[in-house]
Amino acid sequence: MRHDHLITATQLSRDDIEAVLDRAAEIADDPPEREAVLGLLFFEPSTRTKMSFDAAMKRLGGTTVDMGSVDSSSVKKGETLADTVRVVEGYADALVLRHPSEGAAEMASRFVDVPLVNAGDGAGQHPSQTLLDLYTIRENAGLDDLTVGIVGDLKYGRTVHSLASALTNFDARQHFISPESLQLPRSVRFDLHQEGAQVREHTDLDGILPELDVLYVTRIQRERFPDENEYRQVAGQYRITPETLDAAKDDLVVMHPLPRVDEISSDVDDLPQATYFEQAHNGVPVRMALLDMLLENAEDGAGGVSS
Amino acid sequence: MSDHQLRVSKIRSGTVIDHVPGGQALRVLAILGIDGTGGETVSVAMNVPSDDMGAKDIVKVEDRELSQAEVDVISLIAPEATINIVREFDVVEKNRVVRPEEVHGVLQCPNANCITTEAEPVESEFTVLREGVRCVYCDTLLREDIAQYIQ
Ligand SMILES: [Zn+2]
Repeated sequence: MRHDHLITATQLSRDDIEAVLDRAAEIADDPPEREAVLGLLFFEPSTRTKMSFDAAMKRLGGTTVDMGSVDSSSVKKGETLADTVRVVEGYADALVLRHPSEGAAEMASRFVDVPLVNAGDGAGQHPSQTLLDLYTIRENAGLDDLTVGIVGDLKYGRTVHSLASALTNFDARQHFISPESLQLPRSVRFDLHQEGAQVREHTDLDGILPELDVLYVTRIQRERFPDENEYRQVAGQYRITPETLDAAKDDLVVMHPLPRVDEISSDVDDLPQATYFEQAHNGVPVRMALLDMLLENAEDGAGGVSS
Repeated sequence: MSDHQLRVSKIRSGTVIDHVPGGQALRVLAILGIDGTGGETVSVAMNVPSDDMGAKDIVKVEDRELSQAEVDVISLIAPEATINIVREFDVVEKNRVVRPEEVHGVLQCPNANCITTEAEPVESEFTVLREGVRCVYCDTLLREDIAQYIQ
């Protein structure tokens, strides 16, 4: 993989993805030494993703510096993101950015020379999540001749946008299941269409469930709905229980980017289909591989040849 | 004297934008920020029969020469347009618009949550597609109402 930054899943080719997943598969046994410093810039609370990057950098033998919460930082005093990343770049060999605005990572990457990883930009993209999702799919179902159903908030779900776009690199049929108000945004449909992806949209899960190899569940947030009743009705409609899974293939892989609220009932957790905790754990080796490759690339680039 | 010259009289100096798709003249004026309150002398012919285009619009603006940024945006809604610069009744320059691959700083991103709408030191940047444009930062597509988002 030869990229300066990881901003969006659309920048990744099949070869790029497979290179990261291959490296991730072997990295736990034989971690490379990277005495690098990773800067953690989280402008939105996301304990989980931050801890995962933190653990990944430390397991590579490096360390991290953390901007801390937005409340306590200079952002509160009105500093621009462009200034913040230019300052923190001086403290770190690579940066991880989570920001509430779409396009934040793309913009930030233009102001720094160190590798920058987009860990979520508003409703935009979350490509490192996608890499660990693909790793989990590859381990459990394989990435060929695959039927994937993605259910929940497809409009604002950045993990969904990144995953859908990355899956176009593989022989995967994609089914999108959501209430009409939360269907995929026009820009994501446009990309899928451009890639000639096999895509179908549904409002109902039952009809398509028996065909799926992978069911990727995302949270539908209360605040997306004007009233409580409508929210409850929709949330209930897509709730996954052991009974829901009766209609599915026995080896269905049930995934969720976590944290969940009650989209998947807790009595699914002990079933063999439940793969979401394994998925979360995969975040560390996949991010180790990603950071290792970006840092390696930056080191090579420092010699004068940049990609 | 050709048909359209009969319909819209010659101007002394300024810009004539010809071969605008029929019905798009008011959007061209919107791109130029002309709504009549600025006092410019403007003539518009709409849906003039045209051999090449079926129907076309013509916009004449007196005492104004367009900037490249304005021409770039006009090209997005009028890809066949010709821009004639007139000085002392003579056409001194006749240019076809060229659709740029990107437009910088002329359009505002319609996504209110886009980083370019915040107080960051960047201009907006759009890739020009076959149909419409796309924000380079947040990927939002802008098609029908480009004129509404001129900065
Ligand atoms: Zn934008």
